Amino acid sequence: MTSPPTAHPVTELRAAEPFPVNAAVQLRNEQLRRNLAGATRTIRTKRANVVGELPDWSELRAAGAAIKDDVLAHLDTYLLQLEERVTANGGVVHWARDGAEANRIVTGLVQARHATEVVKVKSMATQEIGLNEALAEAGITAVETDLAELIVQLGHEKPSHILVPAIHKNRDEIRELFQREIPTAGTIATSEPRVLAEVARRHLRAKFLSTPVAISGANFAVAETGTLGVVESEGNGRMCLTLPRTLITVMGLEKLVPTWADLGVFLQLLPRSSTGERMNPYTSMWTGAVEGQEFHLVLMDNGRTATLADPDGRDALRCIRCSACLNVCPVYERTGGHAYGSVYPGPIGAVLSPQLTGVRENLSLPFASTLCGACLDACPVAIDIPRMLVHLRAKAVEAKGPTAESAAMRLAASTMRSPRRWRMALRAARAGRVLGRRDGVIHRLPFPLTGLLRGWTAVRDLPRPPRRPFRDGTA
Amino acid sequence: MFGGMRVALFATCLVDGLRPEVGRATARLVRRLGHEVVVPAAQTCCGQMHVNTGYPKQAAGLVANHVRAFAGADVVVTPSGSCAGAIRHQHEDVARRYGPPGLAGDAAAVAGRTYELSEFLVDVLGLTDVGAYYPHRVTYHPTCHSLRVLRVGDRPLRLLRAVGGLELVELPEAEQCCGFGGTFAVKNPGVSAAMLADKLAAIHATGAEYCTAGDASCLLHIWGGLSRAGSPASTVHLAEILASTTETEEAA
Amino acid sequence: MSARDEILSRIRTALADRPDPAPADRTYRTSAPADVELFADRLRDYKATVHHCAPAAIETTVAGILPEEGRIVVPAGWLDLPGRDVATDDPELSPADLDAAAAVVTRCAVGIAETGTIVLDAGEAQGRRALTLVPDVHVVVVDTAQVVGLVPEALTRLDPTRPLTWISGPSATSDIELQRVEGVHGPRTLHVVLVG
Repeated sequence: MTSPPTAHPVTELRAAEPFPVNAAVQLRNEQLRRNLAGATRTIRTKRANVVGELPDWSELRAAGAAIKDDVLAHLDTYLLQLEERVTANGGVVHWARDGAEANRIVTGLVQARHATEVVKVKSMATQEIGLNEALAEAGITAVETDLAELIVQLGHEKPSHILVPAIHKNRDEIRELFQREIPTAGTIATSEPRVLAEVARRHLRAKFLSTPVAISGANFAVAETGTLGVVESEGNGRMCLTLPRTLITVMGLEKLVPTWADLGVFLQLLPRSSTGERMNPYTSMWTGAVEGQEFHLVLMDNGRTATLADPDGRDALRCIRCSACLNVCPVYERTGGHAYGSVYPGPIGAVLSPQLTGVRENLSLPFASTLCGACLDACPVAIDIPRMLVHLRAKAVEAKGPTAESAAMRLAASTMRSPRRWRMALRAARAGRVLGRRDGVIHRLPFPLTGLLRGWTAVRDLPRPPRRPFRDGTA
Repeated sequence: MFGGMRVALFATCLVDGLRPEVGRATARLVRRLGHEVVVPAAQTCCGQMHVNTGYPKQAAGLVANHVRAFAGADVVVTPSGSCAGAIRHQHEDVARRYGPPGLAGDAAAVAGRTYELSEFLVDVLGLTDVGAYYPHRVTYHPTCHSLRVLRVGDRPLRLLRAVGGLELVELPEAEQCCGFGGTFAVKNPGVSAAMLADKLAAIHATGAEYCTAGDASCLLHIWGGLSRAGSPASTVHLAEILASTTETEEAA
Repeated sequence: MSARDEILSRIRTALADRPDPAPADRTYRTSAPADVELFADRLRDYKATVHHCAPAAIETTVAGILPEEGRIVVPAGWLDLPGRDVATDDPELSPADLDAAAAVVTRCAVGIAETGTIVLDAGEAQGRRALTLVPDVHVVVVDTAQVVGLVPEALTRLDPTRPLTWISGPSATSDIELQRVEGVHGPRTLHVVLVG
């Protein structure tokens, strides 16, 4: 019997049910699995091609990891430098301890400008804190302008992938959705992607040209110069960053780079890792308040300093949100993002979500992995996700306290650290030979082992224990 | 070629208890190549199950026992990519954090002398042709630890290509994890089964009689699936193939 | 305690173990020959249309590319387009004006060969950012001397405090079943005139 359930709130970073339960549901969704398999395979191949083109990929990767480690080791210094530079260039810097505070700050800024609608560029940080919902409570509509985020928003869902959030939807579903939810759509003739994109373009263009306040995230901020950057494909970022009078950017504390020159590393690592392109269509950079705009930067903690405090876990803050790990993960490929219950799914989600929330709130995520290591190979900043997962598993076990599993593991350890007790256990296991007598194969285990290894024998056979263990043979 | 090395064999707990033929094959192979094989009786388990399930403190006792068992060995060989990986990448850290003073250094020393089987044959003995004979259609699954932790690369394939009578067929999507992942197989059985199903489909697509690998643990999971599916294909460990000769094949 | 002070305090506490990572090894490539042919290839790869011309022929080349009808935005009137309805953005054009324009013609700050990237820095012959964003056709004139090999060297030629727009092809999305669709927002047609 595991520890009694506690009332943990369902948030953007954790689900009500543990991973195995949600995964079982998602596994049954054939279309999702087909879409995901196709999508991840496509992006994997593109990424491999453009990474393979570069003769200095491993040097860039090593530099990226080292630069981020430097940022984390001197985070306070770099944040203060950024604040000074942004302020000197006419921007206003705010600090938020958690999501609720960030939401209050942003809502307050929007209300002070008497806006009831804002346009948004896709931002994982704002998703993480449920900003749209907080704005809605204050009577402010946040219009998502990334095509996939728009799709997810109109469908009242959570995104299922960091980079392609609507990957779980096919074109017919999207057409139906647009027809229902977009008043300017008219009658949408076909489900061709081009036609659907045109519907979105017309709908959003009207918003871009008239909305006075925009909210964005940031892919990076340069401490040395105070420059912020948004990396995107569709042009909605440029629209939101350029046209409105007021720009509010919400950014996690860790998204810094120390110097202008450091961008030379990350502008190569990010596009090749995320969309598998040599460069994404549009990247916008700005310093402070430009072209008569008003600029506000909200620096957000929301669990990042807690993550920073664990020397074995802080490397997760190197993450540049490229999603390369999602695209190579065999578990993610089969379950999709919703199974993880967090806006950060997949391998990075399994180490970041528990650290942002505290492991106690996300006990199952560190175990949602076979430790195959494909993620580490793909990560452009070399985050050792498998090692971190193992570390977080130990923290999860500690958080759970005594369980049937911990008792069994204690017994196993006691047996296996003593050659004498191990020999005795091997002898006892031979009693299992009574099973599988007929064909040397065990199809089902008897009570009380049925429960313990049910997961195994539901799908696989077990071999009959041998007559003699290896150590007793003529070696 | 090294003559007369004294090789300590670490069979692994899984081989010891469930797949002894893998240990016997490893010993037979190394002896055939002209070396002495000893099997330290105190050996039990490398502790990766405890470390990977979140019980590193308990693993310290297993690390200590492992170090005791193999402290006197010049060379340690194990027919397991995952155990070699655990010894080289986990033991020193576990010992330092949870073990008595001095254990970390001793663990590092043992780790520095520990080889996975294909590493031992190719790097230490300098061989790819071990004089084996195995007239069957075989496909090779590169286990994740061998592939990404130890980075054995194509060593197993080079060894297999030199085996007499063996028809080697490439496994589609070979680098995809089989879905075992230790306790993952029982904690996330649905996903594990989905991954296994894809691996079995790939094996069947090759028409191979046997799927081989350098890890008895992944092979157990694959074997379990093949058996449950009533498949004509089965599994065989790399050591068993390399230990096979014309004599043993004729006797079989 | 203000949020700022509290966060800074949390950071300092979190770093009590005093991590001291080794500085980054800068062994990646920082420069490469400026291959203009490669630049043109990469632009074409992104479905931009590439034209070549001599310095004296910029005007006629651009005139030949532009849509036959409609207003052309030419920041600060940097290029003469006789016979065309030209807007210089002085007085400032409204978003609706820009939406109604047929095309915009600008220079750029730097081009990157390896990635087929053009960077705008809102300089005189480029204008404010909205000018190159809203019209549906963008014609960029790039001097071959402005092309560098790699991303790191492009950064050395840019002023970080200017508003910068890095363009690598027309806008695109792959959000619907991963099929790449050109032209969601931003100019759907990009013409690049290589001069030199």
